[in-house]
Parts: sequence; structure tokens; C-alpha cells
Amino acid sequence: MANGILVFAEQRGGSLNRATFETIAAAQTLGRTLGQAIEAVLLGYGVAELAAQLAGYDLSRVIQIDHERLAEYTPDAYAQAMEHVVRMVNPKYVIMPHTYLVRDFAPKLAARFKRDLISDCVRVNVVEGRPIFTRRVFLGKMDADVASDDDPPIFVTFQSGAYRAEQAAKGAGANISQIDLEINEPRTKPEPAFQEVKQAVDLSKAEIIVAVGRGIKSQENLALAQQLADLLGGELAASRPICDAGWLPIDRQIGSSGQTVAPKLYIALGISGAIQHLVGMKNAGTIVAINKDPEAPIFDVADYGIVGDLFEVVPALIEELKKFRT
Amino acid sequence: MKTIVLMKQVPNRDAVLRINREGTWIEEGDLSYEANESDAYALEEALRLKEKHGGEVVICSMGPQRVKSMIKDGLARGADRAVHIVGDDLAHLPPLASASLIAEAIRDERPDLILAGLQSDDYGYAQTGVILAELLGLPHATIVIEIEKTGDALRVKRELESGWYQWSSIPLPALLTIQSGINQIRYATLKGIMAAKKKEIREVKPSIQNLGELVHQRVERVYAPQKSKQTQFLGNGDAKAAAAQLAEKLHAEVRVI
Ligand SMILES: Cc1cc2nc3c(=O)[nH]c(=O)nc-3n(C[C@H](O)[C@H](O)[C@H](O)COP(=O)(O)OP(=O)(O)OC[C@H]3O[C@@H](n4cnc5c(N)ncnc54)[C@H](O)[C@@H]3O)c2cc1C
Ligand SMILES: Nc1ncnc2c1ncn2[C@@H]1O[C@H](COP(=O)(O)O)[C@@H](O)[C@H]1O
Repeated sequence: MANGILVFAEQRGGSLNRATFETIAAAQTLGRTLGQAIEAVLLGYGVAELAAQLAGYDLSRVIQIDHERLAEYTPDAYAQAMEHVVRMVNPKYVIMPHTYLVRDFAPKLAARFKRDLISDCVRVNVVEGRPIFTRRVFLGKMDADVASDDDPPIFVTFQSGAYRAEQAAKGAGANISQIDLEINEPRTKPEPAFQEVKQAVDLSKAEIIVAVGRGIKSQENLALAQQLADLLGGELAASRPICDAGWLPIDRQIGSSGQTVAPKLYIALGISGAIQHLVGMKNAGTIVAINKDPEAPIFDVADYGIVGDLFEVVPALIEELKKFRT
Repeated sequence: MKTIVLMKQVPNRDAVLRINREGTWIEEGDLSYEANESDAYALEEALRLKEKHGGEVVICSMGPQRVKSMIKDGLARGADRAVHIVGDDLAHLPPLASASLIAEAIRDERPDLILAGLQSDDYGYAQTGVILAELLGLPHATIVIEIEKTGDALRVKRELESGWYQWSSIPLPALLTIQSGINQIRYATLKGIMAAKKKEIREVKPSIQNLGELVHQRVERVYAPQKSKQTQFLGNGDAKAAAAQLAEKLHAEVRVI
């Protein structure tokens, strides 16, 4: 019979991701309530040290597949290795972080078990013995409670930041088992990962950032935001759609695929606050959001909020700030 | 090269969402809809590949009759024809069921390339494309932001987290999920709109009887997210008052001016 929780531990370039520890924390929370033991699986090549690091957490076992074909991530090799482990362990739950890497192979893995993922969850609660997973829908505007009363395995991924890495409990030292497996040649051939050459602006050093989103409507209107930024001695930044449209260069994009910033002050103009944007700026000292939609998720992280039309508020704000300048 | 583009129609991103009476989903009656953002980029990319390398672009969409408006718009932009899997509740299926129905509907088309969006803006599963690739036995790459064709293979640039990228080679036939910003999207021209009237939209019925076996997750309740931070709202709807109060806070509390 299926039993226990299997956690996918993600490593890249010789270290375990923060998301891995968040996922261990999530699994431990669920495991405690359901009385289920937790095992972790680690894939890679030359990862014995990382397996030992994992074994220091409160887990019943660390399963490791150390294989040349896992040196570089490919969806084929990862799906094959994980399929093998899931069949061998036969867990009730397979829990993974919702990272770009997991998004790439986990749906393929789940499909081999005639399942899909309950993906990008922000929490799990056990109600009368049934786990209820909560995930954001409509780009963060709504929460949806999702149930799966099905036969195992149930595949779940958690959003980055849903649980705290520091909450992952340490243990007495878990056993490590190495699994040997023939891994087929992957069909995709990855080249080394790279970063684009550093561009002119480094927003991570900016003290004040004025960021615009799709609510700014047109490229011409950027001048208004620039005026506010200049007055405050800050930098202009943007959400993804603004950079996608080519209105601002990509090095001014804030978020999971752009820059991560923590300025003293972050003013978000017409930005809805999708999670991929929030992860890039939620650690700012003071966050101000100006948005005409009172339900916009950006208000979730804002210290000060103004519900209104930015084309009325920002000119008025500029006038007010000028008073302090004189 | 024959390319199939998966396109889902989703509620307008600026739509005011109201929860239905049962609290199980949003009220759909009064919504307006548009093409899912990354799917619109996927269509544009397919059109550009066709312009460079020849071939055919076929849109595949699953959902009620309303999705025809999105399909027609795609045909007007330059797609050659479309496959519409018709059914009232089909836009609400979880990803394994969606991908399974799509796989059955397009299997005989034998495309060289399938493009999907990287995730839907309503359910946001981020899975349908990858599952479809698995069901059709195709290699895939996700979060693609550039495509080069090299003989019988593609070289694609993938976005990784926090400013990292990676090129990968992938043999055809293949499936890619497209990230927004991969190109600049064209508008439909009047000529395109006229030409679209003669293009084929083939309707197909869902071909799987026991769809229930493919449904493993159910949304039981939707609600506004709990707020995690105590936001201080300023101005109470009055822009001028809000601006004055904010300026005061920026001066006295945040001390940036
Ligand atoms: C894998 C992946 C990676 C991503 N990476 C990033 C990333 O790095 N950075 C990023 O930002 N996004 C990223 N995204 C996209 C993200 O999911 C959102 O789509 C995006 O952040 C939305 O941008 P927005 O808030 O500007 O636009 P929208 O969501 O369209 O919001 C516009 C907002 O403006 C408001 N508004 C409109 N008019 C006015 C007005 N006159 N006055 C005041 N308010 C107004 C509206 O109420 C709305 O809230 C990524 C997505 C994926 C799937
Ligand atoms: N009903 C549908 N019709 C056509 N394409 C779809 C449908 N549902 C999902 N897709 C495609 O799959 C992608 C990912 O959707 P999702 O897995 O829901 O995040 C979307 O961007 C579309 O390209």
C-alpha cells in the first residue's frame, strides 16, 4: 500500500536551492498532521555531499541517484529517474517546489502515473483528515481550495515562499540510499546556462524605485513616472509586460525573471502584483501601491495603498512633493 | 513545417471578478474574454516561423462556442485554419484531462511543432503543454524566449530563474511552451480579417468517454486571498487627499524627501 511523503530536493551548481528547504518544511507540516514519514530524493552527479546535508534534516531516508546523465538537467533524464523512485517508494504524496526546473519535468512525470500536479500551492490544511490544497488563480486575484481524494500518488508543488526554509526541522541523521539505474540518452541537449552581460543599471543598489505596470497604458506615459522618480532621486523600473512591449529595457524588469530588489522605498504604479513580480520586490522597506482595483494583490504587500487612477494621483503627488523641495 | 498552436480563451485581465453564489468559481455570465497572454505570443512566433521556413499554422482551442471569436482573430492575424474542440465545460478541466482531449484531437495532424503558452492566466496550472508532449511521445522545452531552426532540429533559448538563460537543442517534432515577450505581436489587418472568413474551423467533439478517470483535482471553493499585511489606505477615494497624505508619510515616516 502507498505510504509516506516523497520530497524532491532540487540542486543546481553544487548547492541545494532554498526552495528545497521550504518544500521540506511543507512536507513536514503535512507529515505531522497525517502521521506520514518523509523521504527526500536527490538527483545529480557528484552530489554525495548534498545528500549528506539533506540527511541532517528530520527525514526517514534520503534517496540519491548519482549518475553522469543527471549532471546536466534534462526533462527526459529527470522524469525517468523520478519515475523509477516514485514506483519504488510508492508514496502517498510527492511534494516538490514550483521552480522553473520542476515545472519543466514534473507534469511529464505525473502524466506517467495518469495524474497531474496540484501546482503552485500556497498552503495545505487538513480538514477532517482530507488535505485541502490552496492555490492562487487568476494571477493571484483569487485563492482556490483544491481537493484530491484519489488514489496515490498525489503530486503537489508549492510556491516559492509558501513555507519558510528556516522551519525545516533538523533530525538525528537520516540514512542515505544510492539507487543504481540505467538512464537513457536525453533527447534535448542543453548548453551551459549563462547570464546576459551586465547592463547599465544595477537596480539592486537603488534606494528608491518607482515601478510601472500595464496600468501606465502607453510608452509616452512613462514620462510621468520618470518625473516622480527624478523628484525622489530614484530609479524607474517595471513589471514584465512593460519590458515585453519594449517600452523599457529588460534590465529594468523586477521579478522572478528580472531583478530582485530591496530598496528603502518601492512605489508600484498600475502593477497588479502577480507572484512573479512580488518575489522581486516584497523585501523593500516601504511599499506604496497605487492601483484602481481595490482587490489587486499588490495591496497584500503594500504598507501604504491608494485606490485610484494613477493619472490623477501621480500628478497630484508630484505637486505635493515639490512643496517639500522648496 | 506544420505548427499547431494551442490557444485558450480566458477572462479579460482587467475584468472585475465576482464569486458565484455557490462560492465554487467566478460568475461567468457577464465576463468578456481574450486570448491567454502567452498563447498570443505563441501564435505570433508560429506565424514568424512560417514566414521564414514555410508551412502551415493551425490553431487548436478547446472550450465553448465563445472561443470562436478568439480563433477568428487568430485566423485574421495569419493562421491558416483551426481545430475547435467544442464543449461547455471543457475550459474548466484540469490539465491531464485537457491535454488528453487535445492529444486525441490533433494526433492525426502529425505536426512538426506544437507551441503552447507557458501557463493559463485563469487556472495557472502550467502543465497542459508538457503533459501533451508526454502523451504524444514528443520532446519538449518550457519557458522559451527565442527559437532558431537548424535543419531537422531547433535550438531554443530558455529562461531560467533570476536572470539566467540556457540554449538547448531539441529534435523535431517537438513541443515548446512560450514565454511572453518572445516577439512583438502583430495586429490583424482588414485584409486579414476578410481572408479569415474563408478559413476552415473544424469542430470536433471530445473523444474520451471516461473523462472522470483523468480528473484528479477539484476546486471546491474560491475566495479573495487573506491579506498578510496591514495596508494603510490613504485618501479614501480622493486622489488629491491621497497624494497629500502620501507625501506627508514619505516625508515624516519614510524620510525620503
Ligand atoms: C514564468 C513566469 C515568469 C514571470 N516573470 C515576471 C517578472 O520577472 N516580472 C514581472 O513583473 N512579471 C513576471 N511574470 C508575469 C506576471 O505573472 C504578470 O503577468 C505580470 O507581473 C503582470 O504585470 P502588471 O501587473 O503590470 O499587469 P496587469 O496584471 O495587467 O496589471 C495591471 C494593473 O494596473 C491597474 N491599472 C490599470 N489602469 C490603471 C490606472 N489608470 N490607475 C491605476 N491602476 C491601474 C489594474 O487594476 C491592474 O491591477 C512572469 C510570469 C511567468 C509565468
Ligand atoms: N482549453 C484549452 N484550449 C487550448 N489550449 C489550452 C487549453 N488549456 C490549456 N491550453 C494550453 O496550455 C497552456 C498551459 O495551460 P495551463 O496548463 O492551464 O497553465 C495554455 O497557455 C494553452 O496554450
